[in-house]
Amino acid sequence: MSGTLRFLAVAWWLHLKSRSRSAFDGLLSVVWPLFFATAVLLMYRAGNAGDATLVAAVVGAAAMGVWSATTLASSSIEEERAQGTLELQVGAPRSFTIQLIPIMLSMTTVGLYSLVAVFLWGRFVFGIEIVVASVPAFLVAIAVTVFSIAMLGFLLAVSAVRYRAAWALGAALELPIWLLCGFLVPVSALPGWVQPLSWLLAPTWGVSALRAAVAGHTAVDDLLRCLGLGVAYILIGAVQSHRLVRSARRHATLALT
Amino acid sequence: MIAALRVLLIGGMTSYRALFNWLTPWILIPTFFVTPLVQILLFAYVGRVARVGDDTYYLIGNAVQYAAIPCLFAMGRTISGERRQGTLGILLASPAPRVPLFLGRALPVIVNGAVVCAVALGLGALLLGVRIPLDGLPLLAVAIVVCAFSCTGLGLLTAAVALRVREASVLSNLVFGVLLIFAGVNVPIASLPGWMSAVSGWLPLTHGIDAARRAAAGASAGPVGELLVQEAALGAGYALAGLALLAWLERESRRMATLEVM
Repeated sequence: MSGTLRFLAVAWWLHLKSRSRSAFDGLLSVVWPLFFATAVLLMYRAGNAGDATLVAAVVGAAAMGVWSATTLASSSIEEERAQGTLELQVGAPRSFTIQLIPIMLSMTTVGLYSLVAVFLWGRFVFGIEIVVASVPAFLVAIAVTVFSIAMLGFLLAVSAVRYRAAWALGAALELPIWLLCGFLVPVSALPGWVQPLSWLLAPTWGVSALRAAVAGHTAVDDLLRCLGLGVAYILIGAVQSHRLVRSARRHATLALT
Repeated sequence: MIAALRVLLIGGMTSYRALFNWLTPWILIPTFFVTPLVQILLFAYVGRVARVGDDTYYLIGNAVQYAAIPCLFAMGRTISGERRQGTLGILLASPAPRVPLFLGRALPVIVNGAVVCAVALGLGALLLGVRIPLDGLPLLAVAIVVCAFSCTGLGLLTAAVALRVREASVLSNLVFGVLLIFAGVNVPIASLPGWMSAVSGWLPLTHGIDAARRAAAGASAGPVGELLVQEAALGAGYALAGLALLAWLERESRRMATLEVM
């Protein structure tokens, strides 16, 4: 158990360093959600939205960047293949699933830069007073949301690996998740037939828990749903990655692009 | 002259076909049709919740802005893709004249941008229940083509910078984000701070989106045409600046041996 935890920590740190190598990429991961946050905050301001609405919009916009950073998950296995490290990972004694999890966690960690950036942007550029009513609950909500989004990325990675242009699939999922999970628009404002889909997505509950923690409401139910879905994603992804590796070995297609 | 035309048309089309790995044409569906549609819906719903603007406003703003995606990214990849495949040096060592070489790459992209915008507009109108009067459609179509042209002009400029910058796609994303805020896509120019609206006037799409909205509202050709002339002039200006910068950076990259630096 401690060996697995050490492996996760070391691999997470290694991938985080690798992802932080390009200042230009880092800049984009911070700035990209800021563009959308700015547009949305300007719109709410033009509609004379109240303080509570503006704070809820900032919280949702802050969480957007975590998902944006994770959309790269779709092409993460493709990247390993291109670098020639996929065979080494599959051949390693560690489970392939355990090896993918720190990659996803490193992506969501990069997304945390933008979470902080959007909060600062909202506070200092738009002058929105963000008072977190329950700091411990807020920190727990961030941790659970980041974990669940990472696991959604993991599920995406193992599902998209068979597509040569998996990056396009990831990029195409960025905005739908923003819309479906209530990052910028309350889920209740969406058509009724869409809402069950929102409930199956962990970020929906994560964003709801973040907003509840800021407002001082109880977030336990939302956190449990978010965590439960995150664990479900791991289980489904683990089965999927096991089948993927077996199939690739049987058909000798692991290195094919 | 005939050689230049061949470079313009055949070279441009060959480069365009190589852009998206045509073995997997499905890549076009999420990139060009799903994402713009979702952006339209996202901002239309934000507009409804914020009680500002109407669905038509967000439909036209976001659909026209999505013309920028192929125009910016394809032009940037013209350089970065050639470099990655190791053909950039060969391309620039060839005697082909540079203006038709790069303008040829721009022509299919303009068509691509216009098609993306038209499809997003049609599907978005269906989903949101927006009705655009038939008599406004011809002017709207002209506005879309002019916007695709002006964005491709800006794309030529980013393509030139891609000779020096490694991450052309990141640069295109940043430009796309700037257009989202400054070009009146979702927030009226009049409600932006003074310095931002001053910048807006010098960006592609600002006049084009305004013209498209007026055309959809049934405005006459006079005021719409005026805005489109401004949009086209800006696009031409950006294209000329892009070609000039390409020429200069090509010379510099030869001098400093940085052409193939990744």
